[in-house]
Amino acid sequence: MDKVLEINGLTRTYKSGHGSLTVLDSVSFELMRGDTVSIVGPSGSGKTTLLGLAAGLDAPSSGHVKLCGYDMGSLSEDERARVRNKHVGFVFQSFRLIPTLTALENVTVPAELQGRKDAEKEARFLLEEVGLGDRTDHYPAQLSGGEQQRVAMARAFINKPDILFADEPTGNLDTDTGENIVKLLFQLNETAGTTLVLVTHNLELAAKTARIIRLKRGKLVPEQNEAVAHA
Amino acid sequence: MLKWLFTFAWRDSRGSRAKLFLFVTSMVLGVAALVSINSFGDNLRRAIDFESKTLLGADLSMESGEPFPATIEAIIDSLGGIQSRRTSFSSMAYFPKSNTARLATVRGQEPGFPFYGKIESDPPEAADTYLFEKGALIDGTLMAQYDIEIGDSVRIGNATYTVSGKLIQTPRETAAIMLFSPRIYVPLADVDTTLLSIGSRAEYEIYFRLDDIEDPDAIVESLSDTLEAHSIRADTVEEERSNWDQSLTNLYRFLGLVGYMSLLLGSLGVASSIHVYIRQRIQTIAVLRVYGASSHQAFAIYLIQALGMGLVGAFLGSAIGIGLQSMLPVILGDFLPVDVEFSVSWSAVLIGSAMGIGVTLIFAMMPLLDIRNIPPLAALRTDFDQENDRAKNKRAKWLLFGLMALLVTVIAVIQAPTLTMGLGYSATVAVVFALLAGTAKLVMRFLAAKPPSGVSFVIKQGLANLHRPQNQTLMMVLALGFGTFLVSTMIISESTLLGQIDLASTEGKPNLVFYDVQPAQVDSLVKLVEESDLPVIDRVAMISMRLTSVKGISIESMREDTTSELSWAHRREYRSTYRDYLTESETVLEGTFEGRYSGTGLIPLSVEREVAKQLEITIGDSLVFNIQGVDVAGYISSIREVNWRQMQSNFFFVFPEGSINDAPAFHVVMSRTETPEASAMIQAMVVKRYPNISSIDISVVLTVFQAIFSRISFVVRFMALFSIITGLLVLSGAVMISRFQRIEESVLLKTLGASRRTVLQIMTTEYFVLGVASSFTGVLLSLAAGWGVSRFVFEANFIIPFGPILLLIASVIGVTIVVGQLNSRGVYDKEALDVLRKET
Repeated sequence: MDKVLEINGLTRTYKSGHGSLTVLDSVSFELMRGDTVSIVGPSGSGKTTLLGLAAGLDAPSSGHVKLCGYDMGSLSEDERARVRNKHVGFVFQSFRLIPTLTALENVTVPAELQGRKDAEKEARFLLEEVGLGDRTDHYPAQLSGGEQQRVAMARAFINKPDILFADEPTGNLDTDTGENIVKLLFQLNETAGTTLVLVTHNLELAAKTARIIRLKRGKLVPEQNEAVAHA
Repeated sequence: MLKWLFTFAWRDSRGSRAKLFLFVTSMVLGVAALVSINSFGDNLRRAIDFESKTLLGADLSMESGEPFPATIEAIIDSLGGIQSRRTSFSSMAYFPKSNTARLATVRGQEPGFPFYGKIESDPPEAADTYLFEKGALIDGTLMAQYDIEIGDSVRIGNATYTVSGKLIQTPRETAAIMLFSPRIYVPLADVDTTLLSIGSRAEYEIYFRLDDIEDPDAIVESLSDTLEAHSIRADTVEEERSNWDQSLTNLYRFLGLVGYMSLLLGSLGVASSIHVYIRQRIQTIAVLRVYGASSHQAFAIYLIQALGMGLVGAFLGSAIGIGLQSMLPVILGDFLPVDVEFSVSWSAVLIGSAMGIGVTLIFAMMPLLDIRNIPPLAALRTDFDQENDRAKNKRAKWLLFGLMALLVTVIAVIQAPTLTMGLGYSATVAVVFALLAGTAKLVMRFLAAKPPSGVSFVIKQGLANLHRPQNQTLMMVLALGFGTFLVSTMIISESTLLGQIDLASTEGKPNLVFYDVQPAQVDSLVKLVEESDLPVIDRVAMISMRLTSVKGISIESMREDTTSELSWAHRREYRSTYRDYLTESETVLEGTFEGRYSGTGLIPLSVEREVAKQLEITIGDSLVFNIQGVDVAGYISSIREVNWRQMQSNFFFVFPEGSINDAPAFHVVMSRTETPEASAMIQAMVVKRYPNISSIDISVVLTVFQAIFSRISFVVRFMALFSIITGLLVLSGAVMISRFQRIEESVLLKTLGASRRTVLQIMTTEYFVLGVASSFTGVLLSLAAGWGVSRFVFEANFIIPFGPILLLIASVIGVTIVVGQLNSRGVYDKEALDVLRKET
């Protein structure tokens, strides 16, 4: 299974007032195992919509998404959830940790949803990996922004995903913390051999991925030869 | 996976448990009310079963309005066993020490009765000794009222008795019954028999203790024809038990319905809180969905939390209910014939808890259904489109709504004394809820569509709070409005009922009635009254009679004919009069009122409308009455409508002047006194001179009615209080849940320069309008209900007690503001920076 993500003629239209608004228009591309790609573009260009559709969080108006071999359009909401649980990791701009759970508990959630017995052991290992071995029992409110994002990364990797979607992972962090997080992200990604899809405004960050997909008004801008720079 | 769902539900509740507990409190009182009332009901039933023999005090009793005829005496002889007789009648009791007199029910008692249980008296031995020392046992209230002490004397008729003790409890009589007419027990052998002369109303009773092998019910069954022919009522332990059981079951079930209301209100409160709680959990749910939780799993997590709330509520409610149960005998004591021992009825606890959990879960389902609409996309975007999915849920919501209505109706039917009452109750609740909800929606829509212009910033903000997102206006109006509705309906019913008998103050109308006046005493009584400077407003002759035939068919043959049914109008003893005029309270509906009788032919009679309906007679139909053994035949010449509320001597049958003037009669003389002292003085004077004459002071009757009604309304208000407190708990919950939003608003206003005073005023405006909308709607609905009660239950004029209602409205508004402010305290004191930081 070399193709991890196949996007074909993806279109998303929203009803707006009396008319309709096309946010994403006939987007197609493919990603292979281990690829790193950034999706860049100005605000409102359809980056987050593309991410949502590619990860099976939303259903397209037309077009197809094939994620890890599954045709997401033919699956029910709950079947898509199972695919995500098994194959997909997420990192959000605003971390999206569950405030009522400790760092350790937040990390275990995806594994526990699979019914894995080693969820806690694996979570502790990952928290050690991200440098938070001594903060396992802390709640999100007791952690700094950078620490919260590290917990979120540990959570994203606990089910050893085939593909990781990161939505502006440094958007809520200061420059230094952001840089550390990016380093960690690429490090974890490389170790796990995960395909990485990064949505960002930050061209410097985008430049760290092997490939850049540009969006403008919902359409794909033809790819140019980017200076490839791995982190 | 199930274990994980429970674990996650528990973990997710961290930090919100205090909040969840507060939501739960709104249903705790409902469960408490149901558990306490049903548990008390179970104990009551057990007590009645256990003490069933003491309810009657004997194995069998017979009662007659006349001395037992020879046939019956022969039967009594043949029945054997141990017998004890009693004769009861109304008479004036005169207390020489204070020179006062009061109408009482006198029971002339033979030794022996009660065979089971005992008469409770103070001192206890007085219950036996009074029978052998020409003593009297007097109702405690009467003793207190007239300052009577043991050893004082009381005169009834021409017999004087020494007060042996205070009467506390006797078989067949509750404190409430005794309020109507205080009881005095004297030895039967010492009763002044002249008081039992013709025309006086007396009850002749005999009580039997039979051998164990005898079956009282079988005896009554075998004698039923003979007993009925002589208008004798027989009663057995089983019948007495089942009568009490039925009426007391109705009483506590009715109270249970009021308690059930609190549970419904509380559950609505829980549902509304969960709705807001789920909105606050959207991000958590979205993240779970992103990481692979199915919509069912997400739904199950919060259903488990709701179940937990239901369990906590049921447990707490049961505990409080068990505590409250010990209070119920104190509150209901006056209505109970037996002492109820306190013990926990686990079946009541189980049923109350199950109702609490069931109703909570089903009401929580409605907001929980929204969880299925929260897409994983919400983790990326906060402005996700939920509208499309809402439509998907519509069918599920309607289904759930139907299920809720069904559950509410089924529980009401189980709880209500009758099916009709249960259905009627559900329908009334539905209508009241619908109208309250309609009002709330209307207020919100009106305020949103037409925000008031030209008013101050404070008022504008306060009103805007009522229709902003996450407002609790609907719940508030429902909860507070319903509580107000219950209390207000009670106040209106009370005033309507009391208004009907509040005639003592009506100018020129009689308020003092002398009756049982013998023909020879009429003139001298009138003279005595007039010499005391009191007016004689009316004097009427009363003749006792029974119907022997209607339209040529004898009552006897009708009784034997199983196809015809005898109504109360066929069986009763009538007291009729003769006169040649109609009174103010009478209107002829049909025919002509004949005031004089020529002396030949059938006597023209005037009949009251309702009796005519019962007897199925109309103008021209013939009737035969038996007056002291003499048959008197007549025909219907007119049908009258009688206003029974008029303080007048009103009659079912009026004979013309010259028809029955010579029949044995007793007379009624009516007067009017302006002060209680004057009334007491003339009554004492009359009873001293004519011991057989009884008198009723209408103001005393009024006081008695007030006392009875105040006890009933106390019980109902006690139950209504549950609804009001539930309403306030729902209010507290609603204010608490929107606290963060309020803090944010307060901080923003503060940043923009608003003072503490301004923030407080905005909140006060909001609570004031909530209080006004709830209380006014509740009161308006109660006016409709009160009108219905007065028109169809009391058949009386509808009276609105403006004072108490205005006070109720003011109280509801005041309490709403106070509770709202108490729960919002500290909102202004939050530092702006803390709040803004939390937002990021």
